Amino acid sequence: MKILVVCGNGLGSSFMMSLNVQKAMKELNIEGTCSHTDLASSKSEQADYYIGSPEIMDQLNDGKRKVISLVNMFSLDEIKKALTTHILEG
Amino acid sequence: MLHLIMNDILGTPAILVGLFALIGLLLQKKGIADVVSGTLKTVMGFIILSAGATVLTGALDLFGQMFEHAFHIKGIIPNNEAIVALAQKTFGAETAMIMVFGMVVNIILARFTKFKFIFLTGHHTMFMACMLAAVLSASGIEGVTLVIIGSIILGALMVFMPALLQPYTRQITGSDDVAIGHFGSIGYFVSGTIGKYFGNKEKSTEEIKVPKSLGFLRDSSVALALTMALMFIVVACFTGPTFIEEKLSGGTNFIVFSLTQAITFAGGVFIVLAGVRMVIAEIVPAFKGIADKVVPNAKPALDCPIVFPFAPNAVIVGFLASFVAGVISMFLLPVFGLAVIVPGLVPHFFTGAAAGVFGNATGGRRGAILGSLANGLIISFLPALLLPVLGSLGFNGTTFGDADFGIVGILLGNLLKLF
Repeated sequence: MKILVVCGNGLGSSFMMSLNVQKAMKELNIEGTCSHTDLASSKSEQADYYIGSPEIMDQLNDGKRKVISLVNMFSLDEIKKALTTHILEG
Repeated sequence: MLHLIMNDILGTPAILVGLFALIGLLLQKKGIADVVSGTLKTVMGFIILSAGATVLTGALDLFGQMFEHAFHIKGIIPNNEAIVALAQKTFGAETAMIMVFGMVVNIILARFTKFKFIFLTGHHTMFMACMLAAVLSASGIEGVTLVIIGSIILGALMVFMPALLQPYTRQITGSDDVAIGHFGSIGYFVSGTIGKYFGNKEKSTEEIKVPKSLGFLRDSSVALALTMALMFIVVACFTGPTFIEEKLSGGTNFIVFSLTQAITFAGGVFIVLAGVRMVIAEIVPAFKGIADKVVPNAKPALDCPIVFPFAPNAVIVGFLASFVAGVISMFLLPVFGLAVIVPGLVPHFFTGAAAGVFGNATGGRRGAILGSLANGLIISFLPALLLPVLGSLGFNGTTFGDADFGIVGILLGNLLKLF
């Protein structure tokens, strides 16, 4: 399983978020890797799930990609909840 | 032996940051595979960063020549990535050391003062380290003294800038768990303050309808290529085809040439970003890991886009207001005898948008508009005033874009002149 965290610049926000996603994956026993990148690069990078803020996900969502939108990007609880509903139960 | 260590190991920035990553990975007790790949990636990141600088320098130089031929005045493109990448040739080792020791100072201050902020926006830590190295060096300070002074200032900024914003950040996020760690703070602080006194909190930007179509500007490489293409082509029209085709392009049509140069610049910045991403990828988690252990109740100070989802309309309103102020400033700057700062969509988008969110939180629509207009003026005038204190680095046609780099550099540079 590969999760890709995306933000506009691929530097700050997505990086912080990926640290939390990795933590959440460990706690939920989800096997796989999580990396981060900018919006332009993400369009040509394959991943099982894409995570980011709603505006960014709107632009990435083409109906084929599995996207997960997060409003509160730094909340570990929200990340865990999202991973649970989308991946573990989905 | 000493010569080898001092000059070839500590003096080669790529090796130096690799060494810091190596220490960080060992301190976190990572496995051998992680240690090897993490260290190599960090070194590679630094080399990619320098390669990006080579790509964008040519375009930057051509833009400068065209601008000067057309308007007989200097045109400067503020872009953090570009100036930092260019500076690494001269200040690479100093930047790396100030960055790492600045993080140590941040941890010490967070541990022993009431400001429990850990500044996690690694690229801004790096940019500020570079700016400090340039200004201190231009004032004649060098070696160990430069690294010590730079690290103390950097570490202090990493704690006090988030602290300055925290009263407003709390109003945006509705909690005290997280802070903003982004060196555009002065712009956001001014915006929040203007909103507080001149705005009306009841009328939020979130009640108005704003077209979503501007969202593509969050894609920074698209936004950058677009601004540069517009700027290059407008300037090219003023420069005229004769000068460009005879002197610069070797006969290629001036519009086609401008377009390819504009996108070359954006491409260079994209490469630099990829390099920066690899450099900070190992250093920031190590910093966070150590801080979590040493500082109880540490609050992470994060990059500015984390406030965007709290007020998506203020993001667009703030960007537009800031950009308008940037365009107006472009015409005002020469009146004051300053270099022309070409407004960029990227700095106005990220800092203008964040200023909009701060202004909206304290003063609604009016706060968002007035606050972001102020931010736009700040990030146009400060970069122009910063140029003289950057020394030889100030002659490359680019400068630091965000507010804090300007204010800190100008204050420090002029303070050092007194001695």
